[in-house]
Amino acid sequence: MKEPTPRETGDEALGFFRDHFGLDDRSLVSALDTALERQIDFADLFFEYSTQDSVSLEESIVKNGDRHIEQGVGVRAQIGERQGYAHSDDVTVESVKLAATTARAISAGAGGVSSVPVGSGTPTVHDLYPVATAPTDVPIERKVSLLSEIDIYARGLDPRVKQVMASAVSQHRNVLVVGSDGSLVGDVRPLVRLNVQVIVADASGQRREVGYQGMGGRFEFEKLLDPEAWKPLVAESVRVATLNLDAEACPAGAMDVVLGPGWPGILLHEAIGHGLEGDFNRKKTSAFSDRLGERVASKGVTVVDDGTIPGRRGSLNVDDEGTPTQRTVLIEDGILRGYLQDRLNARLMGVESTGNGRRESYAHLPMPRMTNTFMLAGEEDPDDVIRSVKRGIYAVSFGGGQVDITSGKFVFSANEAYKIEDGQLGAPLKGATLIGNGPDVLTRVSMIGNDLELDWGIGTCGKDGQGVPVGVGLPTLRVEELTVGGTEG
Amino acid sequence: MNAPDLLAVIDLALESVARAGADAADCVLVESDSVEARVRDAEIDFVKQARERTLGIRALVGGDRGKSSAITSTSDLSEAAVTRMASETVALARATAVDPSAGIPEDGFATDDPDLALYHEADRDVSVEARIEDARRAEAAARAVDPRIANSEGSAVGSDYSTIAIGNHAGFRGSYRSSSHSLFSEPLAHQNGSMQRDYWYTTARKLSDLESPDAVGRRAGERAIRRLGASRLSTCEAPVIFDPVTAPSLLGHIASCITGYAIYRESSFLAGRLGEQVASDLVTLIDDGRLPGGLGSKPFDGEGQPTRRTVAIDRGKLASYLLDSYSARKLGMQTTGSAARSAGSPPSVGTTNFWLEPGDASLEEIIADTGRGLLVTELIGMGFNPVTGDYSRGAAGLWIENGAISHPVEEITIAGSFGDMLTNIDAVGSDLLWRGRTAAPSVRISNMTIAGE
Repeated sequence: MKEPTPRETGDEALGFFRDHFGLDDRSLVSALDTALERQIDFADLFFEYSTQDSVSLEESIVKNGDRHIEQGVGVRAQIGERQGYAHSDDVTVESVKLAATTARAISAGAGGVSSVPVGSGTPTVHDLYPVATAPTDVPIERKVSLLSEIDIYARGLDPRVKQVMASAVSQHRNVLVVGSDGSLVGDVRPLVRLNVQVIVADASGQRREVGYQGMGGRFEFEKLLDPEAWKPLVAESVRVATLNLDAEACPAGAMDVVLGPGWPGILLHEAIGHGLEGDFNRKKTSAFSDRLGERVASKGVTVVDDGTIPGRRGSLNVDDEGTPTQRTVLIEDGILRGYLQDRLNARLMGVESTGNGRRESYAHLPMPRMTNTFMLAGEEDPDDVIRSVKRGIYAVSFGGGQVDITSGKFVFSANEAYKIEDGQLGAPLKGATLIGNGPDVLTRVSMIGNDLELDWGIGTCGKDGQGVPVGVGLPTLRVEELTVGGTEG
Repeated sequence: MNAPDLLAVIDLALESVARAGADAADCVLVESDSVEARVRDAEIDFVKQARERTLGIRALVGGDRGKSSAITSTSDLSEAAVTRMASETVALARATAVDPSAGIPEDGFATDDPDLALYHEADRDVSVEARIEDARRAEAAARAVDPRIANSEGSAVGSDYSTIAIGNHAGFRGSYRSSSHSLFSEPLAHQNGSMQRDYWYTTARKLSDLESPDAVGRRAGERAIRRLGASRLSTCEAPVIFDPVTAPSLLGHIASCITGYAIYRESSFLAGRLGEQVASDLVTLIDDGRLPGGLGSKPFDGEGQPTRRTVAIDRGKLASYLLDSYSARKLGMQTTGSAARSAGSPPSVGTTNFWLEPGDASLEEIIADTGRGLLVTELIGMGFNPVTGDYSRGAAGLWIENGAISHPVEEITIAGSFGDMLTNIDAVGSDLLWRGRTAAPSVRISNMTIAGE
């Protein structure tokens, strides 16, 4: 296969919209000019054409296949802190102009800007997810047979497996961002995901448990078809489900917690990531507002948001405002260094966008959002971290989490955890919720493992009703005194 | 588009799938027209307007051993796009496996046309500017509550006008229009360098049924102020009261455990317990898709079956599951008209208007009767496992001492077995609050584990 250059990645999207919707430079300019007839600081057009398909299995039958096509354009006008937004699923020059007329109504003043110089395409900096075959072009029959193989394999692993639910989701998005500053940036974004959930029952049939594992990212669907990739995924979901058949009630109260590597990085996402998004800090509604340069974590804690890791679920060549993604240091050796910015909040705070302006689709306004957020590795042997704890829990995997940005309180729910007594791992524990205070939880980090892992590519972050794919990562971490929400006093 | 035009698109799609070889098919077309705006202090934050349409096509192919099925959706409603998607749906259906239970209802469709007061044309004349003014008033009212409210995440308004049309191969055609409006306010209170936020909102099918902007802002402001100075608790066991804001989440958990899908998959701790006492006899839960003006009301479900009243839990006894035609077929039961449907997905089971019947006591009386315990006013996190019934969620609220509110608390969790929680409900309030599809009055659970310091 020919490796496309970064320049070609952007051009591919541009060419797509030109061919598909007859959008030439002149029509783009005239649509932007419509927005700029009022006094506007910045306006942009966001075109999207997405194809998604999925197949799902339960009761050993691939019961459903689906395919969706979503197309549309969103027009945004900004003046000061105000934003006007209109979108349409009708991608024609007329409807784009109509949307521009609606969006610009946010401003009362007359404009006077002459025609926007739309370039021939701004080269993109990255090419993080080239694929030879769009995931949605992989024949559905191959996806169907993959799920059937997974079902047989899962049931063969353990006779206690009573139900297998699996799905494979493929997405292919073309986006094009045209800005009133003359920028014209395209991106073609593949995204794939495989999910396996099993329900197991003990011999009596009385006790049932569930196990889930997923994997995905921006890469060839072909990768998921490889048994070397999916077998460990299936085995993991069966392992967690059967393990929990013997789980004991979780203790309640404040205790030391060791977080396993990888997915427990949602601690960072919830506890500090959201609180460092530019919109909350511009409005001073975050518990982290005005705290740049202050100590917010123990020495040795360095947290970054990095949208530039090839093939990752949270990665992007450019954000949804056309800004190239980057690696942003949020916390450096315990000191708060940076916020995550989109164009609007960066402008209002007098800084540069960090390439974190993201939106769920053309039907949504961009906001500062995370990409892949993780803590850098420390030096401790993970086994030593566990051995150091007298009484506590070891939490390896989590369901989901949530944060209150303003008070800083965050929670996340463990679906694989163990008791630690005198440095030894004990019985598995039933689902426990951990709750803490974002601004101080990282000051309670006392040991950092040398084993940084990123998650399997399954995260979706929700904010203001918009979901976007994200990644997280963490080395094994010891946190002093987190509240564990179990039932045993 | 008006309803006849939407139904014409459905006719075209149904003809096209039949021509492509489908044995059975149904289509859903959703059109919506919406506006949203948010204000912070007196300034507009954003105004957003949209018009969206999506057509969903479901096709089944097969023979005596069963059928295989697929679904497609598109926002391009041109004749060429619709006919192309129709044949893609059939091709996709041929690639999936035969399911002996697959099918689309052949009869039992809604034939009546009840007036559910879902749509109010006159409200379309209200300008965006007038709605933005409502948001400004809510914002001002929140800030007027107390000088310690000087910031906010804003106050927002929204209006949505939708038309839903459904048709199938068996001849059912139906459509209905609906409107909904909302007003939301989220102020921030600060004191001694710490901040708390809270919110209040109102939602209704008719603009004049919304709570006033002043009331929404004031309520939101009062809720934020009363959280100031919150502390943690020592880990303990105590009675827990859910207020009408947090109690509906308990109904959501119950709903997820009594859908036909959760039952036939045995992924619910309530599977197989029909007819058993699963909750305190104070608990009667009803789903009714035909409450006039209800935010969950609709004349027919996602398969064209008439909506109806279903008593899910009757004085503590599990009286009915919630079923669409597929899950009913799997369980050898009849549909309860509970098929939920979006254009792009197969039917699933959803609630319509789903509520807990109120009792006699006011929240104040329940608090006075409690002595010492927790009033939960906010829950965060997703700590509920429907398979096992394990429940553990983050909470914030007010501590009750000597039968009166003592002080705000936060950074705690409440946990228990959900089955025990339902059985241990020992008080149900009279304060049923409707502001969505799911509603509950205050509910007290006699004992839960509260984790804190």
